[in-house]
Amino acid sequence: MLRIDALDKRYKTGDHALKGVSFTVERGQVVGLIGPSGAGKSTLIRCINRLVESSRGKVLLNDVEITGMSGSGLRRMRRRIGMIFQEYALVERLTVMENVLSGRLGYVPFWRSFLRRYPQADVDKAFALLDRVGLTDHVDKRADALSGGQRQRVGIARALEQDPELLLVDEPTASLDPKTSRQIMRLICEVCRERQLPAIINIHDVSLAQMFVDRIIGLRAGEVVFDGPPDGLDHAALTEIYGEEDWNQMRAEKEEDARDEEDAAAFEATRRERMEGIA
Amino acid sequence: MSATPPVAGRRWRRPPLFIQSRLWRWVIYSGVLVYLVLAVGSLEVDWQRVYAGLERAQRFIGGFLVPDFVTRSDQIWRGMVESLTMTVCATVVGIAISVPIGIGAARNIAPWPVRVVCRAIIAVSRAFQEIVIAILFVAMFGFGPFAGFVTLSFTTIGFLSKLLADDIEEIDESQAEATRATGAGWWQIVNYGVQPQVMPRLIGLSLYRLDINFRESAVIGIVGAGGIGATLNTAMERYDYDTAGAILLLIILLVMAAEYGSSHIRKWIQ
Repeated sequence: MLRIDALDKRYKTGDHALKGVSFTVERGQVVGLIGPSGAGKSTLIRCINRLVESSRGKVLLNDVEITGMSGSGLRRMRRRIGMIFQEYALVERLTVMENVLSGRLGYVPFWRSFLRRYPQADVDKAFALLDRVGLTDHVDKRADALSGGQRQRVGIARALEQDPELLLVDEPTASLDPKTSRQIMRLICEVCRERQLPAIINIHDVSLAQMFVDRIIGLRAGEVVFDGPPDGLDHAALTEIYGEEDWNQMRAEKEEDARDEEDAAAFEATRRERMEGIA
Repeated sequence: MSATPPVAGRRWRRPPLFIQSRLWRWVIYSGVLVYLVLAVGSLEVDWQRVYAGLERAQRFIGGFLVPDFVTRSDQIWRGMVESLTMTVCATVVGIAISVPIGIGAARNIAPWPVRVVCRAIIAVSRAFQEIVIAILFVAMFGFGPFAGFVTLSFTTIGFLSKLLADDIEEIDESQAEATRATGAGWWQIVNYGVQPQVMPRLIGLSLYRLDINFRESAVIGIVGAGGIGATLNTAMERYDYDTAGAILLLIILLVMAAEYGSSHIRKWIQ
């Protein structure tokens, strides 16, 4: 269980990114964090595993306070929090397997990670995870040889290799096409349910969030302005989160995207017919 | 949006890059031109000496055209082996010292006290030209290849640490951040988040430095730091241009071979 209590973050530049954010995430609950860019979504999830230091407030994971930890205590805490990144953040020149095994870095001593001599149990787990995300055939490929969707699958496997008690996900679909985005979201939410893993997913695509998550938290200018089930996210709530103008524009873009997709599908269908006619 | 009616004959010029004012542009450019003309005019060329020099150059070139590898072959051989030993040892030792200093000098992974010390070492090493350092070390350790070895190691540190540190500062931070997020310690972050990103360039730079060190070994030999430079210097002082020509040809060949070899290896590790 994750508890965030009056979390406040003010950057040195003066930006007040988070203004007393509080909420609790239960075991197995997948939370979608939505809001306009600059609302503090990224800052919020980075304050949880302390990649960014919060200015005030508390974060507790399973009743242990994360804020205020340092040194090896902080590292032991971080290894229990898996993170999935926007641009995958894989180590591009390492193989898929090395990337997945890097999820164990917080558990193994330096010499083991340096010589790539991980305990057999870790290797078994890595193979099982690569199986689960459908990358069995790519174990020894370099990460930069994979497509976007495949890379994000490696990112998911790396996070799960940590045996996390919490999953932080930062815009997992921002650089993927619509179809792959849905697959990746489905995969993340499935593994969370399989493992009873709480997760916080930053996501800017509202309808994608509504499709998969259990609960939505809307952030605007560093404050929680919506917290409830996806169905509760009506026109009024979205206007509250995004502001009148932006929300209408986003909706218009969404409709346009949908039309484009229909057009593309229709074009594809006629092309196939033509090709069949030729053959 | 206001629609501009299409008009034919609208003029366009590339905006000036440095100096906006037209007048100042003219004043500054013509000033530079006048200075150049005057400066060239102020050179005093003694044509008699140029003529005498031409004669000597003829003897030089004559010597190079009939290089003599045989008469002093054992000296040339010894000089070459000495130079190569010096080069390889200095490069290896230099790299071994440069890597920790380079890591310590990178802003994004080293704490500031370490960084200040490492940057200071780099600055000292880069402040002087090889020859100046060679003169110092020859005075300290006496004539011979040991002084050359120390000189080359020392200058390698300045070169390699600085470029490595700059390269580390330009890595894709998200990869290091992701490594940190797994709970990795500092050494593990360097090993997983940083090293894979800088390794190809580090290998390329090391090979390049091997090139440079071999060339420098020929130069610093002239001030007494041993190697093929010393042999070359002796040959020149004896007006033994045939042997000098042979030595120069060998240096060119070796540098070319090193260049060819290292460019191949660099392509292979990409």
